[in-house]
Amino acid sequence: MLAIENLAATVDGKEILKGISLEVAPGQVHAIMGPNGSGKSTLGYVLAGREGYEVTSGSATWNGSDLLAMEPEERAAAGVFLAFQYPVELPGVGNANFLRTALNAIRRARGEPEMDAMQFLKLARAELKKLGMPDEMLKRSVNVGFSGGEKKRNEILQMAILQPKLAILDETDSGLDIDALRIVADGVNALRAPDRAMVVITHYQRLLELIVPDQVHVLANGRIVKSGGRELALELEAKGYAGLGLAA
Amino acid sequence: MRGWALRPDSVTSTGALVSADATAAPWLARYAGLRMRLPGADLGWLSHLREEAAGAFARGGWPPRRHEAWKYSDLRALAAQSWHEPLAAMDRTLPAPIPALGSARAVMIDGRFRPDLSDLDALPPGVQVRGLARVLDDDPESISGRLGALAHIHDHPFAALNTLLMEDGVVIEVEEDSGFDGILHVASIGAAPGGRPVAFHPRVLVVLHKGARLTLAKSAEGGPGATFLDNPVTEITLAAGAHLTHVRLQDLPDSAAQLATTYVRLAEDATYDSFVLVAGAGLSRNEIHATLAGPRATCHLNGAQLLNGTRHADTTTAIDHAASNCASRQTYKSVLAGRSRAVFQGRIHVHQVAQKTDGYQMNQALLLSPDCEMDSKPQLEIYADDVKCSHGATVGELDEGALFYLRSRGIPADEARSLLVHAFLADALELVGDESLREALSEATERWWRKVAA
Repeated sequence: MLAIENLAATVDGKEILKGISLEVAPGQVHAIMGPNGSGKSTLGYVLAGREGYEVTSGSATWNGSDLLAMEPEERAAAGVFLAFQYPVELPGVGNANFLRTALNAIRRARGEPEMDAMQFLKLARAELKKLGMPDEMLKRSVNVGFSGGEKKRNEILQMAILQPKLAILDETDSGLDIDALRIVADGVNALRAPDRAMVVITHYQRLLELIVPDQVHVLANGRIVKSGGRELALELEAKGYAGLGLAA
Repeated sequence: MRGWALRPDSVTSTGALVSADATAAPWLARYAGLRMRLPGADLGWLSHLREEAAGAFARGGWPPRRHEAWKYSDLRALAAQSWHEPLAAMDRTLPAPIPALGSARAVMIDGRFRPDLSDLDALPPGVQVRGLARVLDDDPESISGRLGALAHIHDHPFAALNTLLMEDGVVIEVEEDSGFDGILHVASIGAAPGGRPVAFHPRVLVVLHKGARLTLAKSAEGGPGATFLDNPVTEITLAAGAHLTHVRLQDLPDSAAQLATTYVRLAEDATYDSFVLVAGAGLSRNEIHATLAGPRATCHLNGAQLLNGTRHADTTTAIDHAASNCASRQTYKSVLAGRSRAVFQGRIHVHQVAQKTDGYQMNQALLLSPDCEMDSKPQLEIYADDVKCSHGATVGELDEGALFYLRSRGIPADEARSLLVHAFLADALELVGDESLREALSEATERWWRKVAA
């Protein structure tokens, strides 16, 4: 269970999150929608532990542990995963090496045996196939020269391999055409599980037609201003953020 | 005239040498004392060459930092140190293990060729490797006109000093259309026994005749704490269509310094493919002068400098495009930790005749600490109008975004940093075509990183 209480955070001294409270239970998918600049991505970074995002008040716990006190890699070992809006390019770091290093670091932290190259390759190939990605993607440097769609798929590939318990997807739909969107959504849906919580951050409702959320929250100006069922997303789509009295 | 001339001047000095520069005095005194005992002392052409070098060194001495070519490398501490002649090699005990880089090897200890430690049996008949002192005794005609043909004693203080005091070295010659399928390894080990600081000045001559090919690996190592100054000069002549792959691994202790100067001349269709890994030395300079003298010659000068502590490493290259349709490519990477300092100076000179030149130079540095310093000076001089020349230089720290991305996937900070440093070096190391040599350089990189990360 992810429990966020009255969370406030600043970036470069500027307050971006102004008191957010949210609970996401295992098995649930929560969508966070909101206009640009509302603080959606900041929330994702704060939960993943990026430097430069200073929490000024409130708390965030994950299964009772203080998430904010943990290093980013400790959060990953505890099951937290952030799918980046802009996945980072790592020239010279092979995708396979990256994925295996990450998986084994997490397995080590959990006291599980590491996977050898053969075991890993078998696992990675199976997941690649599900996402319609060629094996050749494993040999390339992480995200270097990848199209927008390939980068997003690569994020989902990482999620599928690392099997997190809390997945935060930051604008995973941005920059995708409808076919790529469907593949990514199928990948996410395949990972929906009773013991896995998901937070889907998006600007548009269209992703939520494919990844149907249990709850929708509207974030504006650093606060959750409205929560509801999936019908809230439809209402937003019809009226726009301005129609709800929010700056677009 | 005082200082290092840009052009050879005709003044030579004979008889008693009066040095204008105090830093030259101890070396000239040593030369005066050794002159009659140096190898080839009875050879007129060599004595003349040494005298000329003595004159040049007497006028210029050790280069001060106001000398443009030496602006970023301060040699005062080296110049002030008193250095001794290496003792004659007496025992077979090696001060450092010799890395296994090839299937034939020539070993030098404190600059002296050691046939007893060398193993050249694997070489085919067309590939000849001999000790320089021996050649000067037995067969000097074979190298007269070659030794000193490329080294610029009037422009370069250490080419002059080496010429003055060279006692030994290695002579490598590959006959027309011959080659060696294995790797010839020249291992240089600094021993400096008894804690006595020594300086040595080996000369290596490499001649590849028409269509010849060779992979030459050079390693430079030293015993732990051994204090020495290695001042090698290498002259490489590549005839038409010859192909030399030259991979160097410099892994000296902090107590050692190396000033290595290499001259290469390429005839038409020749290829020189060089990689230098600087993994250790308190102070080092690797300087390469390549002249593309015939059409369609290709020159690759690549390398990496790994620094920590208070180390100083300087890579200086000068490529002369003196013929048409030649290509030169340079990729150099430096990783700096601690309070280290690295220098890259790269000059490309495209002469007016060198139309259709394709020149590329990339020099990148990664700074791991706020106290290190990188000085980078690319220099393009282009006098031909139909050329393609590009260069780039970057200096930066580890990318915070990349580090966070890795850590967010569960990779601990230390391991993430290690991945990024290795990735930074990867596209340089990948330029080493031979797999076993690439592996050896990767291992040296790994050893260096383990010391830094510890």
